[in-house]
Amino acid sequence: MVKDQEFLKSKASYCIDLAKKMGATDASVTVGHSISETVNFRNKSLEASDRSDGLALSIETYLGKKRSSISSSNLLDKNIKTLIEKCFETTKITPEDEFNSLPDKNLLAKQISSLNLYDKTRFENDKKIKYLKDLEESASSDNQIINTESSFTENKSNFILANSDGFCDGYKTSSFVASCVTVAKDENSMERDYEFSSKRHLSDIKQATDLGNKAAKQTIKKLSPKKIGSEKISIIFDKRISKGMLSAFASAISASAIARGTSFLKDKIDEQVFSNSINVIDKPDIIKGMGSQNFDSEGVNSNTLQLIEDGILKNYLVDTYNGKKLNLKSNGRSGGTTNLYFEKGNISYQDLMKKNSRSLYITETIGHGSNIVTGDYSVGATGFLVEDGEFKYPVNEITIAGNFKDMFKNIILANDLEFEYSVNSPTMMIEGMTVAGK
Amino acid sequence: MSNFFNKSDLTRQDADKIVSETLNSCDDGELYLEESKSESILLDDNKIKSSNYSSDLGFGFRAISNEVVAYSYSNEISKDSLKNSSENLKSTLKSIKGTYNHEIPKSNKKFYEDINPIEQKTLDSKLEVLNKVNDFLRKKDGSVKQVTASFAGEQKSIEIIRSGGEALTDVRPLIRFNVSVMLEKNGRKETGVYGIGGRQSYDDYLKNDNWKNVCEEAFRIASVNLESKPAPAGEMKVVLGPGWPAILIHEAIGHGLEGDFNRKKTSAFHDLIGEKVASEGVTIVDDGTIDNRRGSLTIDDEGTPTERTVLIENGILKNFMQDRHNARLMNTRSTGSGRRENYRHIVLPRMRNTMMLSGNQTQDEMIKSVDKGIFAVSFGGGQVDITSGKFVFNCTEAYEINNGKIGSPIKGATLIGDGPSILKEVSMVGNDMMLDPGIGTCGKAGQGVPVGVAQPSILIDKMTVGGTKL
Repeated sequence: MVKDQEFLKSKASYCIDLAKKMGATDASVTVGHSISETVNFRNKSLEASDRSDGLALSIETYLGKKRSSISSSNLLDKNIKTLIEKCFETTKITPEDEFNSLPDKNLLAKQISSLNLYDKTRFENDKKIKYLKDLEESASSDNQIINTESSFTENKSNFILANSDGFCDGYKTSSFVASCVTVAKDENSMERDYEFSSKRHLSDIKQATDLGNKAAKQTIKKLSPKKIGSEKISIIFDKRISKGMLSAFASAISASAIARGTSFLKDKIDEQVFSNSINVIDKPDIIKGMGSQNFDSEGVNSNTLQLIEDGILKNYLVDTYNGKKLNLKSNGRSGGTTNLYFEKGNISYQDLMKKNSRSLYITETIGHGSNIVTGDYSVGATGFLVEDGEFKYPVNEITIAGNFKDMFKNIILANDLEFEYSVNSPTMMIEGMTVAGK
Repeated sequence: MSNFFNKSDLTRQDADKIVSETLNSCDDGELYLEESKSESILLDDNKIKSSNYSSDLGFGFRAISNEVVAYSYSNEISKDSLKNSSENLKSTLKSIKGTYNHEIPKSNKKFYEDINPIEQKTLDSKLEVLNKVNDFLRKKDGSVKQVTASFAGEQKSIEIIRSGGEALTDVRPLIRFNVSVMLEKNGRKETGVYGIGGRQSYDDYLKNDNWKNVCEEAFRIASVNLESKPAPAGEMKVVLGPGWPAILIHEAIGHGLEGDFNRKKTSAFHDLIGEKVASEGVTIVDDGTIDNRRGSLTIDDEGTPTERTVLIENGILKNFMQDRHNARLMNTRSTGSGRRENYRHIVLPRMRNTMMLSGNQTQDEMIKSVDKGIFAVSFGGGQVDITSGKFVFNCTEAYEINNGKIGSPIKGATLIGDGPSILKEVSMVGNDMMLDPGIGTCGKAGQGVPVGVAQPSILIDKMTVGGTKL
């Protein structure tokens, strides 16, 4: 069983009291406990089971404007005492930073509403095994599939965040994740693809057979790929890739990147950065949402933020420290976005596919090719060549490149948005990117 | 050396008893105990932004029978907690029985000293170096707009207890010093990053004001990039510089030669042992035994002493990298490549220091032989799809080559290639093998472990460069 609120609260208050007693002017502490159980299958038999049970503690102590932190997994009172002593000794000799402080009291979350983020259902390992058997049975039904690997993870967590201004709150969350990776082979190639389902509640997890079928189908479709020539071409990003554009956008508008001057979106508030049909929203209070939260990692209340309105940048993601530097109030985004999404567009998936007589549909990218300082983007990619709205053949060993500044202004979104993950996007088309191939 | 048996009610005798009783009817497994102390100190935006210290303690208990691995970890080292884990393992393996393999090789060699680098340098003197870095770079040139410098240090003590009471221990120091600088000129911004590190004390790396060299190198890379032009797109010849660009070897070849992917036959290399997979003259080893290197280990995380494993010899594929589990199932021996990020993770076969050995050509000869291509000197990260064999990496410093001469610097571009065929495209191997500066972290299955790479300059006849200029 995951530790209850009372246990975590008692540890948190012990830390705050001790830090204050030693002379800290302020302190904040997070105590968390998490239990996770995973079963892995491979080629229809049990391959591994993994159980983890972990406590975690992190403390920040302040002496005026001086601050330092420690973290540990050892929650014995004796160890906590040694660590806080060490932390506070370090604080004393750390230089002052005028922007160091606890969050403004009036921004702290006052009452927390239930977002239904915890499902107490226990899914015993035997049931996980049954689920994975069904999944792999359907994943391997085609004889071109030569390997299947799948796993089911159940996680239950609880945490308390407390600070010396009297904030002390936390809540339980759960997650269930089923995933499947399949390998297919024909005379020309061997390919891999995947499918997964990740939910707060067990009952929302996709059917095992659907997951297995989908992974297998996607993998087989990739067999015998061709390499295409280098050219400018319209690119359609599958939903699982288009959401990555939002993640790059989010890192470029984090207050830390803005305050440090290391973002291509610095000083762009109230300017057009996307085409005017685009709206981007970050909504923390979606019921059962994978990214939902009652408050951010500093205890600051988080409300829905419209980040992009009709293509115009309206807000950065602000935490206390960088907010003070930029003269902005924290908007509860210490720790980043919550449930981030593009509002759906007004063209159907089919029409988007047919928009150009020839386009490239991307299903996977590899590499770390996003440069937030310059906006340059260049990644390895695999996908399909699309002609007249139809998939013609699989494509691989190519790269796609552009600059976010131009790419964002050329985005066209389909109307097929679904809320599956913490970051969600409809299918996306960007015109005028460069493909490097043969 | 940590004593794991003075922390709670768990005695060594208890641990031995529970381990033996749990693993007796299994093929393999062990109790892995770990205590780590780590610090990170960061200077950013003219200030000491954070100083963090963390201590972590826990165990991972593993039992293996046939192909099934059961694993349980906890950060509470106590009799109850270990018994719970034992029950958990037994319930997974209840119907699968094995015969415990007690054999584990021994060695007295050590590749680093039992030091705690964190305690060997005072916080004050670390802060002083970071402030000196900041002042030095900001005074150096008006275009310097941002400086980030950091220290990261760690001491990890491990003990492995096997069935029958055999215990193996190791104490591993690791440090890293890193500088990143952002320049702005005529409205353009570019960054340059450089770092050094390994398994010694901070001062072993910082003596003779070596921090200045790190600053100069970061500044140089950023300056080069300020002048960069859009990179070309398409297939062309690529000359790789020596040292860190060997992450190409790591991504393109290394991962595909790890035992697990080959046992499962999901690696493009699984049926190629004894076959020619690279041009003649290409020899690649994975070596855990180089003194004080970031990827070196005295023993791996299963207790096996590390070794120098020849992967490819003169173009022919010789060996895979193995941990005990995959080695047993493939009827071979562990190469001392069983690694894990920490006690929270299972062991996987991983790389240590992956190196392509020197040939006898010069970098000049390579550049001169290229009509149109690029010269890549430094890289950011890379990634590989083991199954299709396709891999990428991102240039952080590269130049175009025109008619045998190095031309303008080009913007960061992704290079993409095909692992099983790329080494056949190597047409020249340089005589200038160099180790990387000690900064690599390899990610696999969500676990990061420190690694090293090395290579001489090489010429690749055909690779796709992912620029924007057609």
